Amino acid sequence: MSAAETTTAKVPPTRQAPSPGSTGTPGKKTGRTSRNGTAAAPWALLAPCLLVLVLVLGYPLVRLVTLSFQDFGKSQLWGFKETTTVGLANFTKLFSDGEFWAVVVRTILFAAGAVIFTMVIGMMIALLLQKVAGWVKILINVALIASWGMPIVVSTTVFKWMFDTDYGVLNYLLDKLPGVDMNGHNWFASGPQGLAVIMLLVVWGAVPFVVITLSAGLTQVPKELEEAARLDGAGAIKVFRYVTLPILKPIIVMLTTLSLIWDMGVFPQVFVMRNGHPEAEFQLLTTYSYDKAFVVNDYSGGSAIALVTVLLLLGVVAVYMRQMLKIGEVE
Amino acid sequence: MTTTAAAPAVTTATSTASGKAAKPRRKKTKLGWNLIGLLVFVTAGFPVYWMLNTAFKPAKDAIDPNPHFFPTEFTLDNFTRAFQVSDFWGPVGRSLIVSLVVVVIGMIVGLLAALAISRFAFRGRKVVIVGILAVQMVPLVAMIIPVFLLLNDLGQYDKLSGLIITYLTFILPFTVWTLRGFIVNIPKELEEAAMVDGCTRTSAFMRVVFPLLAPGIVATSVYGFIQAWNEYLYALMLMSQQNQTATVWLGNFTTKQGTEYAPMMAGSTMMAVPIVILFLIVQRKMAAGLTAGAVKG
Repeated sequence: MSAAETTTAKVPPTRQAPSPGSTGTPGKKTGRTSRNGTAAAPWALLAPCLLVLVLVLGYPLVRLVTLSFQDFGKSQLWGFKETTTVGLANFTKLFSDGEFWAVVVRTILFAAGAVIFTMVIGMMIALLLQKVAGWVKILINVALIASWGMPIVVSTTVFKWMFDTDYGVLNYLLDKLPGVDMNGHNWFASGPQGLAVIMLLVVWGAVPFVVITLSAGLTQVPKELEEAARLDGAGAIKVFRYVTLPILKPIIVMLTTLSLIWDMGVFPQVFVMRNGHPEAEFQLLTTYSYDKAFVVNDYSGGSAIALVTVLLLLGVVAVYMRQMLKIGEVE
Repeated sequence: MTTTAAAPAVTTATSTASGKAAKPRRKKTKLGWNLIGLLVFVTAGFPVYWMLNTAFKPAKDAIDPNPHFFPTEFTLDNFTRAFQVSDFWGPVGRSLIVSLVVVVIGMIVGLLAALAISRFAFRGRKVVIVGILAVQMVPLVAMIIPVFLLLNDLGQYDKLSGLIITYLTFILPFTVWTLRGFIVNIPKELEEAAMVDGCTRTSAFMRVVFPLLAPGIVATSVYGFIQAWNEYLYALMLMSQQNQTATVWLGNFTTKQGTEYAPMMAGSTMMAVPIVILFLIVQRKMAAGLTAGAVKG
């Protein structure tokens, strides 16, 4: 796999030779450049995209940073007061806030739990798909793709219904188990239990992508290698550990980092599940930042929290990017 | 050179191989695996099934302490009620406008950029690719405060145009990245052959690359449409109650008096079924594109 990747890297320069004066644009807009257009053409093609990204992403990102060093509340929003720079005040206030640290720990535990479950379950289903008959495979795939395609708001609503205190089907089913009394059990009475339900929802929504990507990866594992390992006396677990896993490693690293990034950014699931007002025990960094900004109207305080979230993620993003560079995708 | 040409062939070859992979296996273990497989199917599919099940049964059955797992009575009352709870077509129309416009802008701008980074060699190319990839990783939630303030300053708060601009933040990088994956898989030799035969670069693209790219463009558009349609946070924050979009509309079933679950499931069904069907159609193509783009090989 990686061999093929590195070779693609060498392609671009060779094709420059036969380039005539005109540039390859998709016809809708035929941008013509002069003879020395080779250098300018790609930038001309990129310009609209970069422009939009700078406006809608670059500017807000910068504003996020500056905001977190300012004092910006409702009166500043309405222009009654001048915006003042307050240095690190927002951060010192934040870091001395016990609740903030509780939220940080909760977010990390939640994301880590969701990622581990997603990856393990995803891997198990991907391996299972190789063992089952064709029609079972189709059934599982349809169920997975349907749950993948469900809008998050809808699936959250459905889970809310399934875990309803009085009429939820889950309570009914669990109550049927011998020795379990779940009649009228309120799943959202306590934070940890409610977040476990939300984690289940996140995992349910995230597993399909992992399964489908891993399945594609599994087809790349050479059958001869597994065969050889088996002939050498390796059991199923050893074949997986020493043959399959190393080959899949790049995909696994990529999926894990992606999942971690996504699961740190979980918002609608918590927000909708708690009817727009997550209790203190349910706050994750995202909802906490949202609350600070739009409920308390402390926009700069909320920005500081959002910035901390982004910084926390930077490490993960770095690993992800390194992996992408390594497998030669970003050539 | 040759490897790029070989790449699509490899993927098709392996996907057919996977179908026949697990043929010679003993009957008994196969049965066991199939049973586990069915269990996975039931578990994964249950929430979707339960949504449909609740939506089509009488509201009084939905709150029966002994829920029926199989439909006994079929009714559309919940749907009628869902339409009554609050205006349905307004939010759907707004969502349609926003999603379509975002996709059209995203595709035009994104295709140009994708061409630039996949078909041209230039200085700074790698930086641009890494940048676009990195930009995708910024969590949307973290950006909501500055985006809200920005739209407020521009007088775009509670306007569809404002929402459209905002949605480009995640649609555009995604489009560029995915289209790039599709373009990379089209052998350059085809274009070069056309140019040897006297095509200009533009017409080589139009006559050779574009037809091959079209399915990828369609799939990417549909996928982008789904993403825009499903977006919740920005729609909630940047639009007022009377301008709400489809995803936010679902919240209308929960009032201070409680939640009307059966109509809410009917509403969810109306929201989800078209999207899931669209998703089922493009998913295969997208998976190929995503694997080509994200983990090619």
